Amino acid sequence: MTLIALLAAAPVAVIVWSLATPSGQIWSYLWATRLPAMLSSTLALLVLVVAGTLVLGGGLAWLVSGYDFPGRKTLSWMLVLPLAMPGYILGFVFMSTFGFTGPIQGALRTLFGPDVAVPEIRSLGGAAIVFSLCLYPYVYLLARAAMREQATASYEVARSLGYSHLRAAWRVILPMARPSLVAGLTLVTLETLTDFATVLYFNVQTVSVGVYRVWKGMFDRDAASELASLVLVFALGLLLLERLLRGRARYEQQGGGSRQLPSKRLYGLRAWTATATCVAVLTLAFFAPVVQLGAWAVEQMVRGRDPVDSGFLRYVSNSAVLALTAAVLVVVVAVAIANGRRFAATRYVRSVSQLATAGYALPGPVIAIGVLLVVAALDRGLAAAGIAVPGLLVTGSLAGVIYAYVVRFLALGVNGIDASLQKVPVELTLTARSLGATPSQVMRRIHLPLTRTGVAVALLLVGIDALKELPMVLLLRPFGFDTLPVWVWQLASESRWELAALPSLTIIAASLVPVALLTRSLRGSQADPALLPATGKRALEVAGI
Amino acid sequence: MNRSQDKRGGLAVRELPDEPTALRAVEVRGVSKLFGSKAAVDDVSLTLHRGEFLTLVGPSGCGKSTLLRMIAGLIEPDGGEIVLGGRTVSGPGRWVAPEDRAVGLVFQENTLFPHLTVAGNIAFGLRSMSKPSAAARVADVLNLVELPGYGDRYPHELSGGERQRVALARAIAPEPTVLLLDEPFANLDPNLRSQVRAATVEILRKAGASALFVTHDQQEAMSVGDRVAVMNGGRLEQIGTPKSVFHLPQSHFVASSLGEAYFLPASYAGNGELTTEAGRCACPEDLPKEEVEIMVRPHDVTFVADPQGESEVTAVEFQGAFLLYEVKLPSGRRIRCLLPHTLEVQPGTRVHVRLEHGHLPVVLQRPAD
Repeated sequence: MTLIALLAAAPVAVIVWSLATPSGQIWSYLWATRLPAMLSSTLALLVLVVAGTLVLGGGLAWLVSGYDFPGRKTLSWMLVLPLAMPGYILGFVFMSTFGFTGPIQGALRTLFGPDVAVPEIRSLGGAAIVFSLCLYPYVYLLARAAMREQATASYEVARSLGYSHLRAAWRVILPMARPSLVAGLTLVTLETLTDFATVLYFNVQTVSVGVYRVWKGMFDRDAASELASLVLVFALGLLLLERLLRGRARYEQQGGGSRQLPSKRLYGLRAWTATATCVAVLTLAFFAPVVQLGAWAVEQMVRGRDPVDSGFLRYVSNSAVLALTAAVLVVVVAVAIANGRRFAATRYVRSVSQLATAGYALPGPVIAIGVLLVVAALDRGLAAAGIAVPGLLVTGSLAGVIYAYVVRFLALGVNGIDASLQKVPVELTLTARSLGATPSQVMRRIHLPLTRTGVAVALLLVGIDALKELPMVLLLRPFGFDTLPVWVWQLASESRWELAALPSLTIIAASLVPVALLTRSLRGSQADPALLPATGKRALEVAGI
Repeated sequence: MNRSQDKRGGLAVRELPDEPTALRAVEVRGVSKLFGSKAAVDDVSLTLHRGEFLTLVGPSGCGKSTLLRMIAGLIEPDGGEIVLGGRTVSGPGRWVAPEDRAVGLVFQENTLFPHLTVAGNIAFGLRSMSKPSAAARVADVLNLVELPGYGDRYPHELSGGERQRVALARAIAPEPTVLLLDEPFANLDPNLRSQVRAATVEILRKAGASALFVTHDQQEAMSVGDRVAVMNGGRLEQIGTPKSVFHLPQSHFVASSLGEAYFLPASYAGNGELTTEAGRCACPEDLPKEEVEIMVRPHDVTFVADPQGESEVTAVEFQGAFLLYEVKLPSGRRIRCLLPHTLEVQPGTRVHVRLEHGHLPVVLQRPAD
């Protein structure tokens, strides 16, 4: 277990180390070239996305919690759907639709002549819109949960003390939902920071893009790790800021339960406006892109192209093998860690397991570069030890990608399995031991049968997150090894959108599975945190809920 | 720490060590446990004889559950020695894992394994037996707990009382050296509780088990235990038969923790009697010279209505066969007395109070103010 923890923590440690030992030469070079622009565009993007997701996520959460209008029930869970839409897919659909060659601008030019003034889509603003549409569900989910589970009783007291619906919302519900809003936004910024595939469509040079460019363009390991450490600083800064904003305030509410907030009924035009707002957001963020992708896929088939050619099958099987391997490994390690925590509640075991899950708060590119450095050192070590290695055994192989996946998704697995193990009373474990079962027997005969569902859900969630993952594969994949997301991204970067349609739809379909699980648990009484997608779970962690 | 492992030698070949340890199921010698800098259990020593029931009673946080868990091997002591059936399981340089200690555990929660049948639960601890003999043993203990034929049921198909009996059967099945029961009846509703308690005691007696009960319920402690051990703040305050601990407590704490108790200042009045504001009582021979006080329980006091009485009834609580009166003594001190329902007095009535200890009263040294 100590070994696992060390392996899991090594990539993070390497980046922290490079942060602690800045190389003046590299930094002065970077500073002289692109660094200032990278920093400012990263910050600008973060600010815009925070504003966008706050308005969309917070506003929609308040709309569906505080008001009643036609279709509210259905819409309130459908608004989570964009979680299944990766940014690198929405991004290219958006570009193709609103870009210079797209139908919208084309129509405008036909109407108003070729010199019509259209805001440039291929810009920071365009990227911010795409991110806002993809990521608002995090804010929406957390804010809605806060409004639903915490604020109801306080709201009723406020009304009885003479506050109107809106004033009660402003003075009671908003302050109580604030920690959840901040947690959701922290998550959104981490996701934005991590991405470099989507922003590249929009030609926005963030720090993460820098990491990718420096590594893929120059293979400059040192510069890449220095930049990755900069991303790490951003991420840690965000988490710290979240803590500071939360301050000493604690908003947990005792009792109350999950009573619904009494909502105000809207009539006539206002009711339909509310419905239309939700539908419009959903259409932009989910349905329109899916329809467009579907149309492209059908078009390809009509043109006689076999959509399921050998390439597609190869990418699907690559993705599946990678996702399955990562998921199984993560779950095996997670089961070991979660059970270890249960059997030996010593401080040592606790800190070891915390160390093992340190990767959870870190952006993918940081982990990827860290894995690269660790694995390269391993390669050199093997070579030095005189072990004949055909080429670079680890660096150029799938092992590196899988390693990075395990580091990144381990926390997700451990949390999921821990959550279901929490439901097995400690007394059951103790009784089993007093009846003569060793820890490993208790794990096999008691814990595994009782946590079967939790293990299956963890397997599914990690698998699908691994299937969707793009940035880490882009950085670490062996030459010629393409997954579905990589293929989509490459086709999209070359503006061959029609061809990217089918793999995109495949990814979206797979991503819908965890979203469906989530909405089902949301429609029940309370969200089961184990069912939240990787990042959603992280949000709860961050929020300390 | 250098720990040596000790293997349980199987139930059939349990070694019989020399007298007198053979008569002791559990020996705890000077055991302590620190949580942070606070001692949860502080230098406790006690012995549980074979076939004996001992109850550990005290308020929550007094260390009774911690002590039980140290005996079971679920918590490692910071000092002292624990001997089970003549075998040292915990002590300097020695540690036996919980699965090798041959103790049975019963908790208050429903701890049946939900994915196993009743028979599967009971057979869980019988891994070293052959299949047929394990099955025979399962049938035996099911008979013992009066649930024959329940083997194929699942825990969720049982009532609360039945579950507790299965838990008991599961703990007894491997014939442990000692049974440790941690608040085993706390989750049952009051009507069921005394019923299950009586059944449990009967089953354990029939099985000839040695048992250590942890409880915070004084009634339960006294009705179940052959002996009662009262714990407070991690220390063992007093241990003895229920009768001796109830009637001859050695401290205010022990007196109060086993039932309602009042302490009245007393002084020697001659004629072998002590006098208090509630009347006179017999004086034990070895009266200490210092200022003393006597313990009075509600059933030790009685009164008669008397317009010139020195005391006044201030409240009455109807309890069915008895009435519990609150009486204000001349000093303003309030005590309660339990009287049969044949006497009925309204609040506000002046009364004359008498002490009616059926035995010599407990005399304690008056604590310094």
